[in-house]
Amino acid sequence: MHKEFLMGNEAIALGALAAGVNLVAGYPGTPSTEVLETIAARNPGNVYVEWSVNEKAGMEVAAGAAYAGARALVTMKQVGLNVASDPLMSLEYIGIKGGMVVLVADDPGPISSQTEQDTRTFGMFSKVPVFDPCSVKDAYEMIQEAFDYSEKYGTVVIFRATTRVDHGYEALEIKDPEEYQIHLPEGFVKDSSRWVIFPKLSVKNHELIENLKDVFSEYERNTIISEKNGHAKRGIASQGANFGYVKDRLKDRNVRLFRVATPFPFPEKKALEFLDGLDEVLCVEELDPYIERALIYVCGKYGLPVKIRGKLTGEMPASGENTLELVDVAIEHFLGETHNNDDTAESFDETPQLPVRPPVLCAGCPHRASFYAVKVAMKGKKTIYCGDIGCYTLGNAQPLDMCDTCLCMGAGIGIAQGVYHTEPDTKCFAFVGDSTFFASGITETINAYYNQADLTLVVLDNSTTAMTGHQPHPGTGRTMMGQVVEKVSMEKILRAIGLKVVEIADPLDYEKSVETVRRVANESGVKAIIFKSPCIAITKPSGRSMVDNQKCISCGKCIREIGCPALVLAEDGKRAMIDPSLCTGCTLCEQICPVGAISGGKRNDTMEGVKGCE
Amino acid sequence: MSKNIILCGVGGQGTILASRLIASAAMTKDLEIKTAETIGMAQRGGSVFSHLRIGEDVQTPLIAKGEADLIIGFEPGETVRLLPFLRKGGAVVVSSSPVMPVSAMIGKTFYDPEQMLDYLRKKVKRLMIVDAIRASQELGSAKILNVVLLGAAVSCGELGLDAQDMEAAMKQRIPEKYLELNKKALAWYTD
Repeated sequence: MHKEFLMGNEAIALGALAAGVNLVAGYPGTPSTEVLETIAARNPGNVYVEWSVNEKAGMEVAAGAAYAGARALVTMKQVGLNVASDPLMSLEYIGIKGGMVVLVADDPGPISSQTEQDTRTFGMFSKVPVFDPCSVKDAYEMIQEAFDYSEKYGTVVIFRATTRVDHGYEALEIKDPEEYQIHLPEGFVKDSSRWVIFPKLSVKNHELIENLKDVFSEYERNTIISEKNGHAKRGIASQGANFGYVKDRLKDRNVRLFRVATPFPFPEKKALEFLDGLDEVLCVEELDPYIERALIYVCGKYGLPVKIRGKLTGEMPASGENTLELVDVAIEHFLGETHNNDDTAESFDETPQLPVRPPVLCAGCPHRASFYAVKVAMKGKKTIYCGDIGCYTLGNAQPLDMCDTCLCMGAGIGIAQGVYHTEPDTKCFAFVGDSTFFASGITETINAYYNQADLTLVVLDNSTTAMTGHQPHPGTGRTMMGQVVEKVSMEKILRAIGLKVVEIADPLDYEKSVETVRRVANESGVKAIIFKSPCIAITKPSGRSMVDNQKCISCGKCIREIGCPALVLAEDGKRAMIDPSLCTGCTLCEQICPVGAISGGKRNDTMEGVKGCE
Repeated sequence: MSKNIILCGVGGQGTILASRLIASAAMTKDLEIKTAETIGMAQRGGSVFSHLRIGEDVQTPLIAKGEADLIIGFEPGETVRLLPFLRKGGAVVVSSSPVMPVSAMIGKTFYDPEQMLDYLRKKVKRLMIVDAIRASQELGSAKILNVVLLGAAVSCGELGLDAQDMEAAMKQRIPEKYLELNKKALAWYTD
């Protein structure tokens, strides 16, 4: 054992390695990404690791490994589970041989997601057991137990953590590589009565799953912390990071605590023990009122006269992330205490107007140039710009304003078709990133081509999965095992589908890009432009742009039109100036300056330091 | 010892590395430590923070409003944003250099950094303003601001760690060739 200061996701990864995991697959997504990256970085050499093309592919790869007796882990964020839900729903009926854990990161807030869906509820729906860690240390130990449980009961299990556990850091004792379990897979044993899902097998296995019942009441992480003097009439039930908030705020009050570590199957007997003698319970949890509903059910089933409070009674907020202050007030209210405005805090009134900082595209981001070229080329035309999931969603910000819709991975291409079939006189554009195109843009493009839509597909190819921290994908020619492999060509895919017009353009060549957009958008049917220029985070500039003070006419066009964070106003409040620490030398501003006052930018397009690769 | 520290700034300013350095220093002293921070989309020019709790029996990395002993602000506006977390009598270290949001540049929103510094001067007794421009000129690098701020934080005593503790942590985390520059940066505020 040794001590390390670890991020929750790193601890989960090291816990999986300690449990002898043999295969790890996944698709990047905040806040889950670092689990797979850490496995790759700390691979003792005997673990197969891949970034799959999407979560469904990852789930199936992991299932195959578990069928063959391997311990398998698949990682994703909560919305990724939607993509992988098809194999998961059936997998629960089939079961596994080697332990299989589905790591799903939920995101209360949401801080970097489209939804506030709750994977605990998904577990109940799919009948898959769910583990819910409450701290970094807890997560490290619990993931090892999750593998054991999965194997013991022959079922896939979900390990669901939330942002504050995934991205929290703690110093904790962990195992040395020599202490890792070694798990040797038996191999796949043919048995079509077990591995082939037919209705007859489904109905038989459905009954077995429903009998899973209360297997977690004895699980030691479902804990009751008894009240100090033994006569509490009030209790608080909590989970995950919230359990820490409750303990931090509760201090010495005489309240009974219940931590639910396995929301599904719900530890019913343990809950009965907790509820015994209580009048009222406050449920402190995030996302769905999951524990609240489960306790209401237990009270109803056993006829217990306990009032269950929480989100459903309006005492906790229905949405958003919980904070210590919020938990503080909720506890005081629950215990009937009056809120004391303690004098430890200063009052900070009359605060001046704070800066507004929505996230924006980085200085020099090639997506900015691509969006700007389309915007200029389509000026005055009736258009729709369907965006997608990735850094380029930020194209919605002013002054670009180039993202009219964003729904989920790959959806922009489908939405553009629906708009076209409804309003054929609209010039429909669908913007999709390279990783998103591979993940879920290909079927949508085939659909558009087959069903005779008229749209321009704009692939923003920056040669990486940028938003989640630069993971390789099929187009990069690198794998998480460090192999250099043949790149999958998006151009060839589009041509193979049947598209006649597929143009590749450098978005940083402004005039040519505008001309390309004008020409391509005028073609009929489905046509594509691949704007190819690497992410600024994987290249180094070789020259930065400068504004010539003598030439600048203070027209403000560069600042007003493209919104690059490196372009700022000079001290006179009129002229433009370039922040040399931010400029990447993309030269877009040089090309749009009406008087040629900006020069010196030079871009070095050699890619350096793509994460997860040599 | 028990310390609650908040670091705040704008994505890309180096708050996370600074938070790691404090954590490493605390670990060498065998103190329990938990941190929480913003990662992900907000890093693209958004407001970022790092909560850091050092001590015995830390239940959560988050710090409640009015309970931070120290705020290390990498940017004036972000420091004012997180000021409600400061406890009465707590200390603030702040960089004088603003990061202007794009929306303020194109005139869609308003931001006056000088107003922020004035507000801090009015509200915070234990305030240390670090002249970031002078520091980067004298040290020959703008990327070292995080360590300069840490140096100021060490000098106020609210970090619970001294310069030797920080130097030991830097040795672990910073490549040899940058170590001398980082040591200078750490001492810059008090020198």
